[in-house]
Amino acid sequence: MPEPMPPEPLLSGGGRVPEDGAIAATGMGGAMDLATAEGETLERAPAGPDGTGPTDRPRSLWSDAWRDLRRNPVFILSGLVILFLVFVSLWPSVIASGSPLKCDLAKAQEGSQQGAPFGYDGQGCNVYTRTVYGARTSVTVGVLATLGVALFGSVLGGLAGFFGGVWDSVLSRITDIFFAIPVVLGGLVLLSVVTSNTVWPVIGFMVLLGWPQISRIARGSVITAKQNDYVQAARALGASNSRMLLRHIAPNAVAPVIVVATIALGTYIALEATLSYLGVGLKPPTVSWGIDISAASPYIRNAPHALLWPSGALALTVLAFIMLGDAVRDALDPKLR
Amino acid sequence: MGRYVIRRLLQMIPVFIGATLLIFLMVNVMGDPIAGLCGDRQCDPATAAQLEKEFGLDKPVWQQYLTYMGNVFTGDFGTAFNGQPVTELMATAFPVTIRLTIIAIVFEIVIGITLGVVTGLRRGRPVDSGVLLVTLVVISVPTFVTGLLLQLLLGVKWGWIKPSVSSDATFGELIVPGLVLASVSLAYVTRLTRTSIAENKRSDYVRTAIAKGLPRRRVVTRHLLRNSLIPVVTFIGTDIGALMGGAIVTERIFNIHGVGFQLYQGILRQNTQTVVGFVTVLVLVFLVANLLVDLLYAVLDPRIRYA
Repeated sequence: MPEPMPPEPLLSGGGRVPEDGAIAATGMGGAMDLATAEGETLERAPAGPDGTGPTDRPRSLWSDAWRDLRRNPVFILSGLVILFLVFVSLWPSVIASGSPLKCDLAKAQEGSQQGAPFGYDGQGCNVYTRTVYGARTSVTVGVLATLGVALFGSVLGGLAGFFGGVWDSVLSRITDIFFAIPVVLGGLVLLSVVTSNTVWPVIGFMVLLGWPQISRIARGSVITAKQNDYVQAARALGASNSRMLLRHIAPNAVAPVIVVATIALGTYIALEATLSYLGVGLKPPTVSWGIDISAASPYIRNAPHALLWPSGALALTVLAFIMLGDAVRDALDPKLR
Repeated sequence: MGRYVIRRLLQMIPVFIGATLLIFLMVNVMGDPIAGLCGDRQCDPATAAQLEKEFGLDKPVWQQYLTYMGNVFTGDFGTAFNGQPVTELMATAFPVTIRLTIIAIVFEIVIGITLGVVTGLRRGRPVDSGVLLVTLVVISVPTFVTGLLLQLLLGVKWGWIKPSVSSDATFGELIVPGLVLASVSLAYVTRLTRTSIAENKRSDYVRTAIAKGLPRRRVVTRHLLRNSLIPVVTFIGTDIGALMGGAIVTERIFNIHGVGFQLYQGILRQNTQTVVGFVTVLVLVFLVANLLVDLLYAVLDPRIRYA
C-alpha cells in the first residue's frame, strides 16, 4: 500500500522514520505540548559533532553548546534562578525562620508586616515561610518525575528505535494510547483513589503518563542516529549491539531528550500544582504552592496576597525551567549556528 | 483517499480500546465503585454485596468491560448512581463545553496565528522579542493561576464580567473562561506559527512569488501562510481533545457546569459510570479530531496524497 507522501521531513527524524500515517501528535494534553514540538524541531537537526572550528582543534557538539550557553543571558538568568531554587529547597531555614506549619488564627488574612513580608493566609499561616518551604516540594517532584520519565522513556524508546520490528510497532501503539488520555483527567482518576500523604504517588503518576512523550523523542532520534555512516561502519567492523548503542548512538541521540526533559521539568511542576489545586495531588501537611493557592482562592477578595505570592513563585519556577530548556535547545541546534 | 481513511479508522480501534480499558481499570480496580454509593460512611457488607450484584461488579473485570462497551455501542452509557442516565448528563454538559472549546479554538486561530505571522515576518525585531517573552510568561503561568487572576481582576475588582458563569453558559459569558482555557495553547500556536513562517520565508517559492511582482499581502496569505500552517493545524487538532479534558480546571474556577464539572464531581463521588462514559466520549473526540487533521493536510498541501 502506498504510504502518504510527506512534503518534506516535517516532523519525523530526517523523514525516514517509518511512522505510519501522518500522525504527528504534538503531545499529551496542553501542558506538555511545547516540549514535544521543540524536541521534534531539534530531532530534525542532524545530530553529531559539526566538524572542526577555524582552529584545528576538533570541538564536540557539547563544547560548542557550552560556549554558546555561557554567553547567553537567558541561560545565565534562568540558571541563577534555578540555583537559588535548589539552594532554598535544600536549606529553606536560611532565608525563612519559623515553621511553615505554625499558624495563628488570630492573624488570619492580615497583610504584610514585620516578620511576615507576604502577610498571613486564611489560616493565619505565614505566607512567606510557606512560599519558601513550598519550593522544596515543587523541585523534588519536578526533578524526580523528570528523572523517572527520562530514564524510562529513553530506554524504552531508544531500544524500540534501535531494534525496530514488532516491539517498535507495539510500543508506538502503546504511546498512542497514552497520548489519547488527557493528563489532568488521568491524574484526577488515578490519584483520587490514593490516600498516601507522600509525594510518591504524584511522581509515579507523572512517570506513568509522561514516559511516552520522551520515548517518542528518543525513538526518533535513535532512528536518525543509527543511519549515520559511523554507526554503519561500527556495525561493519563487528561491534556488538550494546557497544553501538552506548558508544555511538546514545551520545548522538541524547540531545533532544535532554532538551525535552528540561522543558518538561517545568511543566511537571505546573502539573503538580494543578493536581494539588484540584485536591488530588499532594495533601497537607505537605507544603505545596498548589495547595496554598487552592486554599487561598476562597479568600481572594479579602486576602489576594495569600494567592499572589505562591502563584508568583510557581510561575517564576516554571518560567526558569522552560527558559533553560529553550536556551539549551538553541545551543544544541546546529541549524541556528 | 478512501482506503487511507479506512486504514486510519482501523488503527483507531486498538487505541480506543486501550485508552478506555486503561481508564476503566483505573476506576474499577484501583477505586471502589461501591464506596461512593454509601456517602461518607462505610457500606455494610450485605448492602455492598447486593449492590455489587445489581451493578454486575461481582463479575471479572474483563467481563464488566465487555458488557460496558457492548452497551456503549448501543447508545447506553449506563446510569449514574443517582439514577440519572449518563446520556442525560452528557446532553446537558457537552453543549456547554463544546461552546467553551469553540471559543478557545477561535482565540487560538485568530490571535495565535496573527501574532505568529506578525512575529515570524519580523524575526529579531522588538515586536518579535516582546511577543516571544509574553508567550513564555503565559506558558509558565499555570492555567488555574491565570484563571484565578483574571477572575479576581475582571470579575471582582473591576466588575467587567460576572465572576461565575450562570447555568445557561451563553457564548458571551464564556469569552473570558474560553480565553483562559486557550491561553497556554495560544502561546504555543504563536510560537509554532512564528517558527514555521520564519523558516518558510526564505524558501524558493516565496522568492519567486515576490519576484513575479505579487503584492506582499498575497504572497503572505496564499503562498507563505498556506505552507506554514501544517504544523499549526496538527497542533490545534490534537489540542481539541486536550482542551475538552483540560476544561476541568477552567470549569471549576468559573463554576461552569460542563464536561469538566461533571467529571470532577463524578471522580470525587467515585461515580464510575459517569467517569468512564465521559472519558470514553473524550477519547473518541480526540481520535476523530486527529483523523480530521490528517485529512486536512491534503487540503492544505496538495503535494500530500493519500492512496
